[in-house]
Amino acid sequence: MEETTKKTNKFTSFFKKIGFFLSEIFIKYRFFFSRLGISLVTLALAIIFGFLVVKLMPGDVVQMYAKQLADARKIPYEEAYRQAVQLLNYDPSLNLWQQLGQYLSGIFKGNFGVSMFNSDVTTLTIIRDFLPWTLFLSGASLLISFVLGIALGSKMASKRKGFGHAAANTYIVVSGSIPDYLFGLILILIFAVGLRWFPISGNYDILLEMDGWPWILNVLYHAFLPIVAYSFVQIGVWAISMRGSAIGTLGEDYIYAARVRGLRERTIRAKYLRRNSMLPLITSLAVSFGAIFGGSPLMENIFNYPGFGAEFNNRIGLRDYFIIQGLIVFMSLMIILANFVADSLYSIIDPRIRRGN
Amino acid sequence: MKKFFSSLGSFLLKVWKTICANKKTLVGFFIFVFFILIAIFGPMIFPYDPSTHGLNYFEAPSWDHPLGTDEAGRDIFRQLIDGTRDILSIALLTSAIAVTFGTLLGVISGYAGGWLDRIIQIVSNLFLSIPSLPVLLMLSAIFNISNSFFFALTLAAFSWAGLCRAVRSQIMSLKERDFILICKVMNVSKMKIIMTELIPNIASYILINFIVIIRNAIIGSVGIMMLGLADFQPSNWGAMLFRAKANITSIKALSLFLSPAVCIALIQTGSILLSNGLDETLNPKLKKN
Repeated sequence: MEETTKKTNKFTSFFKKIGFFLSEIFIKYRFFFSRLGISLVTLALAIIFGFLVVKLMPGDVVQMYAKQLADARKIPYEEAYRQAVQLLNYDPSLNLWQQLGQYLSGIFKGNFGVSMFNSDVTTLTIIRDFLPWTLFLSGASLLISFVLGIALGSKMASKRKGFGHAAANTYIVVSGSIPDYLFGLILILIFAVGLRWFPISGNYDILLEMDGWPWILNVLYHAFLPIVAYSFVQIGVWAISMRGSAIGTLGEDYIYAARVRGLRERTIRAKYLRRNSMLPLITSLAVSFGAIFGGSPLMENIFNYPGFGAEFNNRIGLRDYFIIQGLIVFMSLMIILANFVADSLYSIIDPRIRRGN
Repeated sequence: MKKFFSSLGSFLLKVWKTICANKKTLVGFFIFVFFILIAIFGPMIFPYDPSTHGLNYFEAPSWDHPLGTDEAGRDIFRQLIDGTRDILSIALLTSAIAVTFGTLLGVISGYAGGWLDRIIQIVSNLFLSIPSLPVLLMLSAIFNISNSFFFALTLAAFSWAGLCRAVRSQIMSLKERDFILICKVMNVSKMKIIMTELIPNIASYILINFIVIIRNAIIGSVGIMMLGLADFQPSNWGAMLFRAKANITSIKALSLFLSPAVCIALIQTGSILLSNGLDETLNPKLKKN
């Protein structure tokens, strides 16, 4: 008798401990959990938006597809229609909620949408084939422009006169006033069409068979102009936000204290100013990284670069509805993920945010 | 009536003084006024003839055609003037719609708080997480948007969310200030607090955002039209760039590319100068530095 009560006591105390531990974690990371909740709600809404994309399309999508299928496979129309419904995972005869359920179960099975023109092409194969190129191009430009923009911005904030400052200001106005796609066209006009220094399109020379270093160099050679065009505009954007942040940091007491201690201006800039002013920009960096997954249809179209955005563009031209739907859901997913990472990262780096909420 | 005009006059004087206070604002303002005047009066002075003259394609600049002709023999200079109206009306409409909704929802969200705030935040979060350019491309291509009002509406749908968030955070910090608390103690109605105390305090911020959204709308709309997916008149600057891009290897198409490009860069410069200048004049935080 005594033993059993002891046991139950042990059990309750064990569960109490677990409950206490969980609640402590929850309170400690409340910011994190609320962000997670918001992200999940946003994700659900984005998936519903993706679902509505096909619903909004003019014309009966399945009928169109079934006609093609009947012609291609030489089968009667009714049979083709049944197959079409199965292949596309979309049945117009069901009601809205059943369709949504069907769509969601498809997503959980990894079916993000099949091409209406070639059933071997799915959203996932498109992501696999085209996303690496976009990640390479946009990631490299993002990194370059972030590093250079931060250097420029902190320099502009700490030294606010002289020729260098005027030149930097002019650069920011000029780079801000030319949209990146226009700058890309200008570069093509000068360096690819006029001087013929760089290729006009593509990611590498398909005709030349090569691998290893020559191939990598060839890829870099093709990526040079797009990266320059991206970075030219983005450096200015990063520099502006870095300057704003750095001006705020310059007013802090620890900078004053560092000056009083007689530290060199360069040391202050590198060790105190730059690091502290970079904090808010880390968030924007993560958000920009998420935006890469949205692709850059404009730039890739101009440079004829076979990336994610350009392929999205082609699919819009082809009216390949289910692929468009899948790609939009994928892009939103990546952006939501990046925003979530950005918020969590920021709360880890800067504890004041956690306490504030 | 007399009182109305005198107050209008003093208001205009104040606006003029704000514009003159900073050289950047003045230059930017004149660039804007220049393009607006062209959009209104340009087509009357230089009417545009959309019919094609296949034989005189890609003519060099001459007295008849100051900027040469395009691939179908149409005058580029007159196309440029005709397209100004399209670009500016889309940009201004987009900005007006986005600023109205962004401010309204931001003020409600920041001032009311509670469940209303949460719902508005989730909706704005959704619009910030759906990639805007791909969705805009899809909508403009598949629904063949050729009406500038609907085009502006779709652009605005993806421009209001950022402003809404910024306004919300400003309102949230403002409503804890003493002067609002005093109003509350004096039992001033909520509507009156918002209209006479809160909105005037963020007016300069909204004005600057109005110009920034105009800028983004021009970049966005020209970009979408440049891809050739939206169904717009050939005189539209984006459509001109699209045709220039198709003929980029021929040196004759240089004028077709450069004329809209220079105009876009000029408007962009004007809007940057205007917003930066206004920011310097109206934002007291920057004055100290």
